[in-house]
Amino acid sequence: MTKPLKLKPPLTDQDVMQLRSGDQVLISGVIYTARDAAHRRLVEALAQGQKLPVDFQGQVLYYVGPSPARPGRVIGAAGPTTAYRMDSYTLDLLKLGLKAMIGKGKRDPGVIAALSRYKAVYLGATGGAGALISKCIKAAEVVAYPELGPEAIHRLEVEDLPTIVINDCYGGDLYETGVAQYRREQVKERG
Amino acid sequence: MRQIEAQEITRAVKEAAIAANYKVGADLLEAFKRGQEEEESPAGREIFRQLLENARIAFEEGIPICQDCGLCVVFAELGQEVQIVGGDFGEAVQEGVRQGYGEGFLRKSLCHPLTRQNTGDNTPAVIHLELVPGDRLKLTVVPKGGGSENMSRLFMLKPAEGVAGIREKVVTTVREAGPNPCPPIIVGVGIGGTFERAAFLAKKALLREVGQPNPDPELAALERQLLKEINDLGIGPQGLGGRLTALAVQVLMQPCHIASLPVAVNIQCHAARHKEVIL
Repeated sequence: MTKPLKLKPPLTDQDVMQLRSGDQVLISGVIYTARDAAHRRLVEALAQGQKLPVDFQGQVLYYVGPSPARPGRVIGAAGPTTAYRMDSYTLDLLKLGLKAMIGKGKRDPGVIAALSRYKAVYLGATGGAGALISKCIKAAEVVAYPELGPEAIHRLEVEDLPTIVINDCYGGDLYETGVAQYRREQVKERG
Repeated sequence: MRQIEAQEITRAVKEAAIAANYKVGADLLEAFKRGQEEEESPAGREIFRQLLENARIAFEEGIPICQDCGLCVVFAELGQEVQIVGGDFGEAVQEGVRQGYGEGFLRKSLCHPLTRQNTGDNTPAVIHLELVPGDRLKLTVVPKGGGSENMSRLFMLKPAEGVAGIREKVVTTVREAGPNPCPPIIVGVGIGGTFERAAFLAKKALLREVGQPNPDPELAALERQLLKEINDLGIGPQGLGGRLTALAVQVLMQPCHIASLPVAVNIQCHAARHKEVIL
């Protein structure tokens, strides 16, 4: 495997266009969290013409609902949640300039196509490695929707958060190419 | 009649919920180590390395294994010679979950299905109570993650579809789930019973120690066959491609109606948490 690329938001089109599915990427700097309920709130606010609590231009959105921090700690476990549940909201956020999403699991074809159109990227983090990933988070604060508890929008400061490019802005999909390498013949025939 | 205090049940559930969320079982750790050696894909080996590191950090530093600390499913086998005193059984269990998730810094992941408002204390747990002979109470606390639960399926097959139909449905469920349920997974399969019983069996099947063969030779053979077919899919750890999509397939079966062949597939992520306590 090649050496990981390092990225720091806000990201530009150029930052995204250098990435190819399968690349390892370490993210440092400020990122935001949102999962199901926060997405619903954001998109409802947009529909009503309200100002959003976060400016998504160039930003990285991490699909996570962390567990509570112990006293004196920054955060609890903080691994990615499954991304497809956010698919129906994603287009609206890409239109606002969102450049990267971190999650796990497949995206729908609409989102994958939109990544090319809006020059954005979908990154995978290791699902179920919530304790390990939490070590990369240096600061955390709730910036919107505190009443949603674990689903509130957090602003995180991260250092070398390890991710891998799943869907790049050229249609590349690591879940397709990676699996094709290891699929056995008999399964291939059945499709 | 042997008496068990309701508050003892509360304490046991609380401690089991916390323990399950912070300590990866020895059977799973063994499976991760084997995976790190046997997985052919470099990306897959790296995932197993991360899972072992994650388990170490979780235990040593008191951080939950996964931020999804699960909906608590509690399997209770209550000896019929036991009398519960000082409170009611259901509330004692719920209070244990409430205290465990509060004092254990575990994520509260339950909400109203329609308004999506969080219940705030991770209750209500789902309780499966069975009355059994004896004077003991066995509680198995299973914090079940939402991502893998979402990829689980139930099929009412025609009897004519037989074993081939069962295999096809199980493998298709795993193929369609792909990377979503956090592979490497454990696949619980419930065969027979009724619509709801098959699903119960599929979940209960997940309680077996990973790597232990089914005591029934016929089912043990079916499990081996299914594990091979699933691992031939190439999904691999985290869906990045590899040989180890599932660590185990675990089947429970019981007779069904002559018109039916219910099959349930309960997918369990690699954070397969369960803790048993006997009172």
